[in-house]
Amino acid sequence: MLKKIVVTAFLGSLSLFAGEKLTGAGATFPAPVYYDWAYNYKKATSHKVNYQSIGSGGGIEQISKRTVDFGASDEPLDMAKLDKEKLLQFPAVIGSIVIVHNIDGIKDEELKLSNSNIADIFLGKITKWNDPKILADNPKLNLPDEKITVVRRSDGSGTTYNFSYFLSAVSSEWKSKVGTGKSLDWPIGIGGKGNEGVTNFVKQTPNSVGYVENAYKLSNKLSGATIQTASGKWVTAREENFKSAAANANWDSNNHFYQILALQKGDTSYPIVAATFILLPREKVETNLLVVDFYNYSFENGDQSASKLGYVPLPTETKNLIKSYWKQNNLTQNNLTK
Amino acid sequence: MHNRYSLKEMFFEHLTRFSAILVLFFLSAIFIVLIIKAYPAIHHFGFSFITEQKWAPNFELFGGLPAIYGSFISTLIAMLFAIPVAIGIAIFLSEIAPKSLKSPIGVSIELLAAIPSVVYGMWGLFYLAPFMRDVFGGNGLGLFTAGLILAIMILPFISAITRDALNTTPKILKESAYALGATQWDVIKDIMIPYAKAGIVGSVILALGRAFGETMAVTFVMGNAHQIPSSIFEPATSIPSTLANEFSEVDSELYLSSLYLLALILFIISFIIIAFAKFYFLKNRVKRKKRLV
Repeated sequence: MLKKIVVTAFLGSLSLFAGEKLTGAGATFPAPVYYDWAYNYKKATSHKVNYQSIGSGGGIEQISKRTVDFGASDEPLDMAKLDKEKLLQFPAVIGSIVIVHNIDGIKDEELKLSNSNIADIFLGKITKWNDPKILADNPKLNLPDEKITVVRRSDGSGTTYNFSYFLSAVSSEWKSKVGTGKSLDWPIGIGGKGNEGVTNFVKQTPNSVGYVENAYKLSNKLSGATIQTASGKWVTAREENFKSAAANANWDSNNHFYQILALQKGDTSYPIVAATFILLPREKVETNLLVVDFYNYSFENGDQSASKLGYVPLPTETKNLIKSYWKQNNLTQNNLTK
Repeated sequence: MHNRYSLKEMFFEHLTRFSAILVLFFLSAIFIVLIIKAYPAIHHFGFSFITEQKWAPNFELFGGLPAIYGSFISTLIAMLFAIPVAIGIAIFLSEIAPKSLKSPIGVSIELLAAIPSVVYGMWGLFYLAPFMRDVFGGNGLGLFTAGLILAIMILPFISAITRDALNTTPKILKESAYALGATQWDVIKDIMIPYAKAGIVGSVILALGRAFGETMAVTFVMGNAHQIPSSIFEPATSIPSTLANEFSEVDSELYLSSLYLLALILFIISFIIIAFAKFYFLKNRVKRKKRLV
């Protein structure tokens, strides 16, 4: 009851102080869309959101120490960790990871790589492009008798976390030898720093293969591979297939949306999609309301800019679930801007 | 009047002393923080951190050997290329070059030192690496490419200091040698280089420290693979590039501590290099003083 009074009193005073300033820090992967959302939000409300893209690890640490208003992480935190640090968590936007390659004469979507072949390439077991296992799926392609150069991340990354989660799910050998994590003991390959580093290496190294966020594939016009859904159907790296994976996700607000989106059910569900999450300190109701207002505004007005930047907006049902999650946690006032 | 003057003097004296002590304070503060932060890793891995090769953050396994190895070998390659070329440039500039060439070449070498290391890294990635790939095969990234980039980066340090050191050779010594029938090569080899030896060694050690700690350029072209490569054309990693790559996404205490331990190792190695340089300088100065007596 007291909390409510405080909140209402605070909201009353809020209108007097237009131009609130929020600071968030964390994951680099959603940074472009957060910048865009923050820019539009400021135009609409004059509230300023300052997002520092310092990496998920840094984001988790800073929000745990309460030095920022909200944190952002590509890797969801489980209940135990959220309770320990007294945090709330909800997804903000979805990204997808694309297997990109640079083989002379092979265009976008032409190369089919089965999920187990992807794991074998990154394990170093398939070393040439004309390996019988790859040829079996690509009888019409003229694949070169050349060594595959594997490109992966050198820095810790949520992208790597989600990619290695996918590999662990499709290959037991990957799971036992390398495992899932933000940085790994890679069996082979060269490491590029950030998505842009991997993009650069793939672009300029003939016969290379790597994994990047879809946004980087689009802006650099890289060729992507056609891969497999959870049930083994071929699926291209296109927005509608990412969306179908997002729509099949089974979110649960009771465990703070802890969910890794890889290998969702459905015949057109692209298997490597990943949500990126926002972390809020449970006790800081006033700033949380402002953060929630920012994301509420962006959920309603930011889908187009997210798509344009190569991300997948959350489906409407998921957004509604998040809104009721806010309500459950006393972050009900969602029309601060009006 | 006299009083005010001495007060000023006293103030200045204390100011200089304070500044000097401040440096010492920062240095020891950094050292202490590194030790405190690295302690969990030291405690957990002990000496095996330096000998262990596996670096698997998701299993909390950290071995520093590949990074230490990569730092040493890439620096060694850089020194092998840079020292002869840089000393050659210095000799040319101080003795052989006509006056009209001295200053343009000298200035352009000094300008090399002003290029930010990230630019060297980008150049290495976009131009040197593809070239190395075409010439030596592989993917063009690795210890050798990193060593070449480092060589270009440290070249100006060695050649500028060496040139200055060579220029301090007293004219009378050189002229005496010429008068005795020495050729230009004899003068350079037997008079100038021995005279400037301390300066040359000093510049080399300074450059060594710089190559050892270089981060950005190396991160671009090293390939960033935690392994001891089978050849210098294979991808590897170094201490600073490991730190640059992995600090931002650290998610466990042991991981963070292991990175601090790598930083501590880098600190200690650099300290040893500089201590060695100082020792060498001092030894030389003492000798020369004795000779004068």
